Amino acid sequence: MKINVTDRSGKNHCLDAVEGWRVMEIIRDHAERIPALGIKAECGGALACATCHVYVDEDWVDQIPEPSEEEIEKLDDAFAVDEEFSRLSCQIIMTEETDGLSVTLAPGSEP
Amino acid sequence: MSYISHPPGQTHVTDALIIGAGPVGLFAVFELGLLDIKAQLIDILDRPGGQCTELYPEKPIYDIPALPVVTGQQLTDQLMEQIKPFGAQFHLNQMAEACVKTDTGFRVTTDQGSVIEAKVVIIAAGGGSFMPKKPPLPGIEAYEGTSVFYAVRNRSAFAGKNIVIAGGGDSALDWTLNLQPIAQHITLLHRRDDFRAAPHSVNAMREMVATDKMSLVIGNPTALQGNNGQLTGIDVTLADKSTTTLSADTLLAFYGLTMKLGPVATFGVGMQNNLITVNTENFETDVPGIFAIGDINTYPGKLKLILSGFHEGALAAQKVFRYVHPDRKWRFEYTTSSSNLQSKLGV
Repeated sequence: MKINVTDRSGKNHCLDAVEGWRVMEIIRDHAERIPALGIKAECGGALACATCHVYVDEDWVDQIPEPSEEEIEKLDDAFAVDEEFSRLSCQIIMTEETDGLSVTLAPGSEP
Repeated sequence: MSYISHPPGQTHVTDALIIGAGPVGLFAVFELGLLDIKAQLIDILDRPGGQCTELYPEKPIYDIPALPVVTGQQLTDQLMEQIKPFGAQFHLNQMAEACVKTDTGFRVTTDQGSVIEAKVVIIAAGGGSFMPKKPPLPGIEAYEGTSVFYAVRNRSAFAGKNIVIAGGGDSALDWTLNLQPIAQHITLLHRRDDFRAAPHSVNAMREMVATDKMSLVIGNPTALQGNNGQLTGIDVTLADKSTTTLSADTLLAFYGLTMKLGPVATFGVGMQNNLITVNTENFETDVPGIFAIGDINTYPGKLKLILSGFHEGALAAQKVFRYVHPDRKWRFEYTTSSSNLQSKLGV
């Protein structure tokens, strides 16, 4: 199971993913070895901080479960929000359907 | 919730100064109190609770021992009730800025001019100080304090200004309504035409937009224009992805709060990856008399759980006792059976 993450400098990283994990957790785990993947995620997945903001690639937007009303509201606290592609990565859970998901780290979520 | 909160600018003397009034700092008051150690707490927020009340007051926590479910606010309220017998004193809306060694312990000064002399310092600062989130716009630092603000300290300073207020929550809406009568013009800038602020504020704002008393722009700021710290305009990407420039001499940005380690990093204690290293016997740092408990510390096996912070506070208190009461013999007692502890608790 993999995800593709583009860091803030535009470099792509293909990362091993774990089923059932949040995309935020996968990125945070790999960031221990790859500092360019640093993601603040300060509330740890409680949908309380908007510091794990990513852009989901166009091809993937319709293939993952839609954001909850609460997630859409919480995006108010993120920066450079794209109404089509912005998501909080703590709210995307890895499943077989999301294997291969591509996302780009958004500005303002640096640790 | 009633508690003693001191106005800034005074000098205080106490046994233990706790930096951070989150759950771990609050419970430390209890463990210290059982050992006759008086405590005062500093917090940058305007009320106790730290992350629990600032980030997730309504969210359920399931891993506090013996509380199958409790919200961040409830946990804080219960801790405040539990430490009530010990009369802890709070210094709120203040950030601990410096900590220096003295003959009797430490002198900690805050950004609001308070001075607290304490025999020991316990850093329970979690992820650091809550500070406003700054939009990641190139060169924004050059405008901060002159044209770009994250809070309104002096309302009259905004009179006659051409202001863009960014954000969609209560702070953005409240200041839009509050500053509109004195500003030259107000533009509210938000990513979507939907606001999670109080409905009556949103209605009042929409009424002013409808009567041309202010503007509402749906979009995101992308760049600042101006020079020498004086803003002249803000580049914005609109909902349809076209771009425009809003004329403005002032930007007020309300994107919520984030935690920054802040001045604690300058206190001289050993650190690793922005966390304070401690020993696991008593959670003292490499500076004798300064302790670190809760999310801000690190040691082999560390888990950032509230319950770990409670344990750390209990062990730290035993070592603090030796600093504060060097002439007294340390005695281990249970609250269940000790009439001595029960009298301190007032039961």
